[in-house]
Amino acid sequence: MEKKVTLTIDGQEVSVNPGQTVLEAARSLGIYIPTLCHYANTTNVGACRVCVVEVENARSLVASCCMPVSPGMVVRTNTPAVRAAQKMIIELLWSSGDHNCLTCEQNGACELQNLIYWLKIDKPRFPIEPPGHALDESNTMITRDLNKCVLCGRCIRACNEIQVNEVLDFSMRGSYAKVGPAFDTDYIDSSCVFCGECLQVCPTGAITFKQAKFAGRPWELEKVRTTCAYCGVGCQMDLYIKDNKIVKVMGNREYGQPNEGSLCVKGRFAMDFVSHPDRLKKPLIRANKKEDFKEVSWDEAFKFIGDKLKAIKTEYGADSVAGLASARCTNEENYLFQKFMRAGVGTNNVDHCARL
Amino acid sequence: MTVAGLAATFGSGAMTNSIDEIEYTDLILATGTNTTENHPIIGAKVKRAVRRHGTKLIVIDPRRIDLVKYADIWLRQKPGTDVAVINGLMNVILAEGLEDKPYIAERTEGFDALKAMVARYTPEYVERISGVPAEDLKKAARMYAAAKRASILYAMGITQHISGTDNVKSCANLSMLCGNVGIEGGGVNPLRGQNNVQGACDMGALPNVYPAYQQVANDDVRRKFEAAWGASLSPKPGLTIMEMMAAAGQGKIKALYIMGENPLLSDPDLHHVKKELEKLDLLVVQDIFMTETAAIADVVLPAASFAEKDGTFSNTERRVQRVRKALEPPGEAKTDWEVICGISNAFGYPMNYASAKEIFEEAASVTPSYAGITYKRIDKEGIQWPCPTHEHKGTRFLHKDKFSRGLGLFSAIEYIPPAELPDQDYPFLMTTGRVLYHYHTGTMTRRSKGPSERYPTSLVEINPADAEKLNIADGQTVVVASRRGEVEAKAQLTEKSAPGTIFMNFHFTDTPVNLLTNPALDPIGKIPEYKVCAVKLQAA
Ligand code: SF4
Ligand code: SF4
Ligand code: SF4
Ligand code: FES
Repeated sequence: MEKKVTLTIDGQEVSVNPGQTVLEAARSLGIYIPTLCHYANTTNVGACRVCVVEVENARSLVASCCMPVSPGMVVRTNTPAVRAAQKMIIELLWSSGDHNCLTCEQNGACELQNLIYWLKIDKPRFPIEPPGHALDESNTMITRDLNKCVLCGRCIRACNEIQVNEVLDFSMRGSYAKVGPAFDTDYIDSSCVFCGECLQVCPTGAITFKQAKFAGRPWELEKVRTTCAYCGVGCQMDLYIKDNKIVKVMGNREYGQPNEGSLCVKGRFAMDFVSHPDRLKKPLIRANKKEDFKEVSWDEAFKFIGDKLKAIKTEYGADSVAGLASARCTNEENYLFQKFMRAGVGTNNVDHCARL
Repeated sequence: MTVAGLAATFGSGAMTNSIDEIEYTDLILATGTNTTENHPIIGAKVKRAVRRHGTKLIVIDPRRIDLVKYADIWLRQKPGTDVAVINGLMNVILAEGLEDKPYIAERTEGFDALKAMVARYTPEYVERISGVPAEDLKKAARMYAAAKRASILYAMGITQHISGTDNVKSCANLSMLCGNVGIEGGGVNPLRGQNNVQGACDMGALPNVYPAYQQVANDDVRRKFEAAWGASLSPKPGLTIMEMMAAAGQGKIKALYIMGENPLLSDPDLHHVKKELEKLDLLVVQDIFMTETAAIADVVLPAASFAEKDGTFSNTERRVQRVRKALEPPGEAKTDWEVICGISNAFGYPMNYASAKEIFEEAASVTPSYAGITYKRIDKEGIQWPCPTHEHKGTRFLHKDKFSRGLGLFSAIEYIPPAELPDQDYPFLMTTGRVLYHYHTGTMTRRSKGPSERYPTSLVEINPADAEKLNIADGQTVVVASRRGEVEAKAQLTEKSAPGTIFMNFHFTDTPVNLLTNPALDPIGKIPEYKVCAVKLQAA
């Protein structure tokens, strides 16, 4: 075991592992330091400087997300100088974008908005001058409004370091800096695979879930944790629900394995089938193949099937009946299905499409 | 296939290790898995392992899949020659004395027969069969053997062949040869295609076993289930899906009850399947949409989707996880379990459950590997079976210190060529599979806006050189024909396909690729040979 490093933060002593950052040490004490560009499991780039703190004997404020702890360090997180610096940064970000919360989907769930509130800023000291980027509405899944981008680079790191899809990067530098796919194309014309990781990590309304627009405010949505219904990875996900509809689907870093909060295009953007008008809504029967289906009640359908199965079993034996369970249904349903075939009908003719 | 192949070798047919171990192992050998498209989150972990943790990657695949970009070595074998390639790897390892001798001595049996058999598979011989350059094969063998921990990942590219079960056993041979089974970060890891294939198998939706792979033909087991279910049970193993279809055609199966499957788009040689299903006296289909199969049924029952019910799925790493009801089902649709109960009651075998939880508790009581799992325990994080007791934490990787069957069994597996190879009349080799944006028979993804926008119609992937010879342009409609049927699709010219080989997906109703595929079955796993058949191509 390596020796712990002891330091003082806001007057409290704390011992942490060497190599940890001041930010991590502060969090272990329950001290809040705001962050913006920092994102767990990606490289710390120290781009936004929202996380600055005062370190005794340091010449200037330091970015706590990048600063490793050292023995005897004395850190202050809430001095007037720290707050002034944070306000300056946030006011600059605010004024250099089009942060019109009235129409923003992230209203109420935006990290910039939260920081403005937390720092008690009434309005920015600088004139508001949005860059006037065109919207990327090239596809039905993800909308990008770079006028709300704070250039934190989280989307870039998520795309490259978490999903390793290697689509996004900064183009241009300085005040013209912009994030996006190579050659500044829209997502639909790029090699983007629509995993939506960038959307999930974006702190503002710059990258949003297109089909969720006007479908419900963040606080109106009910969140239900479930397991993805597509491939065998079994990603854990939150379905956001309003009026008996899935508004959007998000991963959740807190759920851990197997997907650690990431999703793919199917899990995130292929759930609208659930409320598709083609869904079957009533039991249907036809007496012979030439007829059209007729809607019937469940009781009629059950009786029809029960009687027919009984007659077939009596005439031809239990092994003349077979059943296909499903790799898409739940364990409970598969259990019950094979139980019905085996204990009810009396045959082992039960299989499913595992082989396909 | 997976269950049969791995069960014979180790005594248990499932992914031996966990998904999270993939990111932190020393070497990954990916064969027959287009991971980034079919299991994207596992694909991301493979890519992270390579880019961020220095893991070595060997890809064995006929297609230039995305993972090739990240690979240290890519072996591009001719489709269907996997066994030869793996035997070749083992040949090199043994010839150079790189095998794990203590492990082989202590933990395995059947080694001598394996050694004798692979002796013939010299790199040169394997090159002639598979097209993989001998030098590349040697490099890959040395790299695999040198890794302290190496994980083999495979998927349908390994199982959907007439030699599917053999392919799986070959992977297991290779892994044991270097002592990689039963260690963290190692193992033989089948990536299961559908969300709950693992669970459906675990729960006994198979013709020869009850839940937890307990044999129906075993008298003690059967007596236990007779007592639990209060019914007398048949000792005779049932029919597999392909056998059921054939028996329906012969009039031996009169009634078929299908829950949530669509064999009329997924099964090989579809013309035939349709005729067989039409002979039934009773076809009941329970699904969320009017699928191709439902359309020819006598009774169609509206089912609830995954978002409209409670329950559990078991993922590919044996993790049992909760499914939670978020919505009310549309119209009168009911959950599948409620429908089964309704039918069972009408049939005269009473089934009454108040909730999915109650069913799970009953299932766990007869499924030893699930015995310790409860809804309460998996509320926050799923548990990986085996989990025999309420105190047991679940099992991250299998066969630590001892295989489920005792000793690991090497099987000497000879290469057999695919059942149908290109010839003068059908000069191209077609392989089939999935694409990122769709899933299985497409009933769900084709009804979702985003995926349909990104991938609206079926594409046939053709090597540009072949396309030039046939005068086929990118985006042009082409007719693809096999001895069994023909379909149309749009050409996509891409180096992903090797010359002489085309790739198609089976997601689209308008391009029912399984009209073409060969129903030749693997004799043990009974999986059709989706991955190889002979076709011809022409511009429409
Ligand atoms: S959706 Fe995924 S692949 Fe596309 S840019 Fe965002 S993170 Fe990258
Ligand atoms: S788009 Fe969002 S995540 Fe990306 S740099 Fe801008 S604000 Fe940050
Ligand atoms: S989100 Fe994608 S990777 Fe995850 S389970 Fe669903 S389909 Fe598989
Ligand atoms: S959060 Fe530390 S510099 Fe951005």
